[in-house]
Amino acid sequence: MNPLLTLEHVSYAYHQAEGETPALSDISFSLEPGHFLAVVGPSGCGKSTLLSLISGLLMPEEGRILLQGVPVREARANIGYMLQRDHLFEWRTIYSNVLLGLEIRNQKTPEKLEKVDHMISSYGLSAFRESRPSQLSGGMRQRAALIRTLAMEPDLLLLDEPFSALDYQTRLSVCDDIYGIIKEQDKTAILVTHDLSEAVSMADQVLVLSRRPGRVKLCLPITFSMECRTPLASRNAPEFKDYFNLLWKELNDDV
Amino acid sequence: MSEPLSSCSRAQQSFLKRLRLQRRSICLARILIFILFLVLWETSTRLHLIDAFIFSSPTRVLQTFLSMIRDGSILLHTGVTLLETLLSFLLVSLLSLLTAVLLWLSPSLSRILEPYLVVLNSLPKSALAPLLIVWLGANMRTIIVAGISVAIFGSILTLYTGFSEADPEKLKLIRTLGGGRYHMLAKVILPGSVPVFLNTMKVNIGLCLVGVIIGEFIGSRRGLGYLIIYGSQVFQLDLVLMAIVLLCLMAMLLYQLLGFLERRYRRRA
Repeated sequence: MNPLLTLEHVSYAYHQAEGETPALSDISFSLEPGHFLAVVGPSGCGKSTLLSLISGLLMPEEGRILLQGVPVREARANIGYMLQRDHLFEWRTIYSNVLLGLEIRNQKTPEKLEKVDHMISSYGLSAFRESRPSQLSGGMRQRAALIRTLAMEPDLLLLDEPFSALDYQTRLSVCDDIYGIIKEQDKTAILVTHDLSEAVSMADQVLVLSRRPGRVKLCLPITFSMECRTPLASRNAPEFKDYFNLLWKELNDDV
Repeated sequence: MSEPLSSCSRAQQSFLKRLRLQRRSICLARILIFILFLVLWETSTRLHLIDAFIFSSPTRVLQTFLSMIRDGSILLHTGVTLLETLLSFLLVSLLSLLTAVLLWLSPSLSRILEPYLVVLNSLPKSALAPLLIVWLGANMRTIIVAGISVAIFGSILTLYTGFSEADPEKLKLIRTLGGGRYHMLAKVILPGSVPVFLNTMKVNIGLCLVGVIIGEFIGSRRGLGYLIIYGSQVFQLDLVLMAIVLLCLMAMLLYQLLGFLERRYRRRA
């Protein structure tokens, strides 16, 4: 199968008057369609920068990023990006928050609106269409933010620690929730996280970055023997502990 | 607030009762202070503790007011000041919003203009009033410009600061959804700045009134500011104090009007 996303020797540095801060150095990997990749690494290793580069918000200083074989900026493929917090606007209702992306791209076509309606009802937000974001729980807000991203029908989904603002209980269930939705929609996704167990429980492949400037230390495929995999079930699988320990060692041996 | 009493517990009921009592006593205290002030003022002039010719008295102020109502002149003066204040307020709101948007759209422009805005903002605007009279003539236009000049620079700075304090992550969200700087402005900056804008307007209406009175002091034959200057020159302090009382009322009324707008926005949001 052709990879959906390919990074070839990508490097990036931030420039300021005080000097330059190399963030990423010589990153190469590729991602198959339908796969779930988790990126872990110590804080400040350039994980979020990596997503900004892939989404085309930043341009790599060296190397190439190809989406379906074409440079990201020219690619016709859509990239959906979920930020750390949901950033639902308090001055809009949930429904009009969800439509924000379509509104910006002038794509409020009947078919797309119907898809949005369908997602709102199947992901349990029908009763909250006209509510304000502050009336929703953290988990529901994160679901609304995901629908906002999925409304654009992205081919690749970037998740930048989307659960970090939630408390532990909610986090586990929202993690299951979002994972289910991504798998049901058959999306390719990249999840950035500092939580190793979250990475192991969700991903098919874990990329470990070194300390700044981030380099690829390890790309570990994750497979579980169970039939239908959910993040919560994966946490109880016998393989989970081994993967976790392997990643833990990898991350800690340069401290 | 308007929840039916029957639907809440006894503790909540007594809490609400205490809350209402507290509110009522604060309101009462405010009115009492006012009445006390009037009574003190009136009696001390009656007892000749202070000179009624210089300090006037509530009844003399009222008499002046009534006689000016009869000849209709007070309506003219109050109306002129009100009109000038409202016009300069509307222009300030519009111009400062436009300028702040322009500054936000062009960060280099805002960096270039920043020191000028800061200097103009801290300059005492009454220093400009004589110049305005010479340049623009003694007419209503000058007075409106004086009203604008007092409020506009601070208003631009406040709005622009409000715009720049928008959450960068929210702006990033717009970019991840494929939007540009125009979308950031229309979807994040402007809707998110409504509270800042309403607050600035509340400050501006008072400042515009200040500017208009300064303008009327030196270049007008109508308006409450003119009455104050005229009254003090011919030693009719009843007239001066009446104008001041009317100014107080006007300031309060305008402020309340904006407070009402703000509450309506809050309820909707």
